[in-house]
Amino acid sequence: MRKYTPKDNVQKKSYYTDRYWVAPRVPRTEVEAESHFADVVKAVGRKAKESYVSVGQLVIHIKAADNFEVIQTLKEVCGYTQCSEQSAVDYLAKDGEFELFWQLLNVTEAKRVRVVTRLKENEAIESIEPIFKSANFAEREMFDMFGIKVNNHPFLKRIIMPDDWEGHPLLKTYPLQGDEFASWYEVDKIFGKEYRDVIGPENRDPARIDRYDTKRFSRVGYEVPFDGDISEGEKENPIEYSETILVDYNKESGKQLDERR
Amino acid sequence: MQQPNKLTPFFENLNFERDDNTMVINFGPQHPSAHGQLRLVLELDGEQVVKAYPDIGYLHRGIEKMAENMTYNEFLPTTDRLDYIASTSNNYAYALAVEKLLGIEAPRRAQVIRTMLLEVNRIISHLFFIATHALDVGAMSVFLYAFREREFGMDLMEDYCGARLTHSAVRIGGVPLDLPNGWIEKLISWCDKVDYEVKNTYEALLTENRIWKMRLEDVGVISAEDALNWGCSGPMLRGSGVNWDIRKEEPYELYSELDFDIPISDRCDSYGRYRLYMEEMYQSTRILRQLVPMYKESEPQLMAHAPQYISAPKEEIMTQNYALMQHFVLVTQGMRPPKGEVYVPTESPKGELGFYIKSEGEPYAYRLKCRAPSFFHTGLLQELLVGTYIADVVTIIGTTNIVFGEVDR
Amino acid sequence: MAQHQVNYASAAGLPIALTSVDKLVNWGRSNSLWPLTYGLACCAIEMMASGASRYDFDRMGTIFRASPRQADVMILAGTLSKKHSEFARRLYDQMTEPKWVISMGSCANTGGMFNTYATVQGVDRIVPVDIYLPGCAPRPETLQYALMMLQKKIRRESANMNNNTKQNLRLV
Repeated sequence: MRKYTPKDNVQKKSYYTDRYWVAPRVPRTEVEAESHFADVVKAVGRKAKESYVSVGQLVIHIKAADNFEVIQTLKEVCGYTQCSEQSAVDYLAKDGEFELFWQLLNVTEAKRVRVVTRLKENEAIESIEPIFKSANFAEREMFDMFGIKVNNHPFLKRIIMPDDWEGHPLLKTYPLQGDEFASWYEVDKIFGKEYRDVIGPENRDPARIDRYDTKRFSRVGYEVPFDGDISEGEKENPIEYSETILVDYNKESGKQLDERR
Repeated sequence: MQQPNKLTPFFENLNFERDDNTMVINFGPQHPSAHGQLRLVLELDGEQVVKAYPDIGYLHRGIEKMAENMTYNEFLPTTDRLDYIASTSNNYAYALAVEKLLGIEAPRRAQVIRTMLLEVNRIISHLFFIATHALDVGAMSVFLYAFREREFGMDLMEDYCGARLTHSAVRIGGVPLDLPNGWIEKLISWCDKVDYEVKNTYEALLTENRIWKMRLEDVGVISAEDALNWGCSGPMLRGSGVNWDIRKEEPYELYSELDFDIPISDRCDSYGRYRLYMEEMYQSTRILRQLVPMYKESEPQLMAHAPQYISAPKEEIMTQNYALMQHFVLVTQGMRPPKGEVYVPTESPKGELGFYIKSEGEPYAYRLKCRAPSFFHTGLLQELLVGTYIADVVTIIGTTNIVFGEVDR
Repeated sequence: MAQHQVNYASAAGLPIALTSVDKLVNWGRSNSLWPLTYGLACCAIEMMASGASRYDFDRMGTIFRASPRQADVMILAGTLSKKHSEFARRLYDQMTEPKWVISMGSCANTGGMFNTYATVQGVDRIVPVDIYLPGCAPRPETLQYALMMLQKKIRRESANMNNNTKQNLRLV
């Protein structure tokens, strides 16, 4: 029986899990009263499901449908005039949801706020492009990498992957080395499907050792006596070293080696 | 002897014939002045650009996905390749983000060395900026002069960590190596050289140059409000008059103890940004000179003492048994940071470089997002290029200082 | 000087007659190789540095040309992503014969450290490569050495007009 490999998260996992290990958490503190962050939380009001301060930045959890109003409030009332970053985290395997976040910056107060929300798998999120134009590219990237559709975006098209790519790369179900479509993409695009045999599959194994590498590297795991037969039906493809370009230090020659030929 | 392939000689997704006399030009991914792999589709009315559409993604290497499959320490050399002109600044931004996640702080001497490396990288990056910008605008000899200084700076980096371009000079928790003998003297002589050259070569050649001024003044004008809205940071913001530098406002490392100024320009155009970059080089050499006595008075501890996350120094690993065991576990399995998320911004030479790391307590990060300044500056090109002439397109791409390793990750 | 295997009797003695023309043509071609500026990623910076003041590339007779129609050598420096591979092949096709390709850096040789979905695992899947340069990023001296090696390779080519293929087998 082959080993069970879960298909909902094909990223590499640690091979050893400590059964009694409980991971600590990044410390969170309460929002202090009378500070700038307390005013921000008050301005957001009912929409903030949860708020705390972590690593010097305020984190507010909201519902996905409220994101436009909350971010507009933060910009107009609290002065968070720049959206530094926005993206998503894939929790489909665990909860069936994406966790989206927006990172906002207030230049006059030098404070940052992170707005976090959860989005179910086939739902779409409202675009904040009317508020912050940086969302133009950032939301397109989120769509490209995760497949999260954005409503009312001026130009929702793939930005980082090619336009005819299938699949959303940063999902946990997408393997790092790419699926079948990805591995033949360039061959199909340039030469056509017929050339798949001519060019051959990609070599994804960085430690590939040739069967006949006895002289170059050791035959790891397949040691045989010195004159044993290792061909197994395959003939050896000898490496051709150029005689005119490379210098052969073993050949005894009194001639000057750096002659132009 | 052409091999037949399926590539047809026109682009299928663009309609080149227009009814209203505008012309569509494809400023392709391979272009001598595109600073990497930028494809701009420009719609022109005569010489003026009516609409610009930047197409990116030609250098996408899947770095964020790699981070989900590698341990934190393994991933550090990959961050080198983001902003490959000043590699240590990305290594440092990542190391700082992980350190904030772990809640540890690097020791004093490591902080001094890191700040020195960061400022050396800042000067190297600004020299590259002026070299390529001048080359694109037409002042080709500045390219050769700036690369000469850059070579001496890369010599310094090579003396320290062994690599000219992709340094990996910083580790999570500190630095791996102490400064070699004589490095500080070479650093000071390089600072003197940079100061002299910026004043007498680059500024003398370019600042009052009529052609330079005509090419750069009032080109690429962006107001402070627009710059903030589009997510600009770093010299793009400061060139529009916004007083925002993360080294002063949210200081990290030793910047709160150092004495330096932030140049700001009110001109909002490329000429102002050029003056800003030159002035920042002076400030960086000033910082470097202040760091030299700080290095001499610090204790020689290079990595933080946090045995749960960071290996012991090599002498201990080679002699003590528990240090060896812990080092083995940390290298093969990787360290397990606390659960949670963190976003740490730093001031890279291009702008605000930040890393968002979300960890689930596993040795592999659950999600790593790199906030690259050049990504948002490329988005800004959609608006900046409208209404300019074709010759200005090249100037504007140069002045936004985009690096495609960051944009596409 | 000519050490390549030449069958002197083929084509009615043409190889012998063409030997000096050979030498002249190969001397001209190898000493004035004009590269196409094809810097993709970090190796592009090292290529620029090798063309700059300290490691001058101009003394080999190279001038970096922007248009593929005027270039001889395509130095692929940096990671080739799958989105870009179409353009790399297109530019290679637009170059006029004779043309050579130098693959610079580990990303161009084999995909390098980026063993991911979006990287072409080796530029030789797309274009036929003559010289591979290892390194990440390779030093400028390495690039110069590679160019000199390419020059040696060019000098041993024959200008035999009948046989239009070169000694090195291309992709099909």
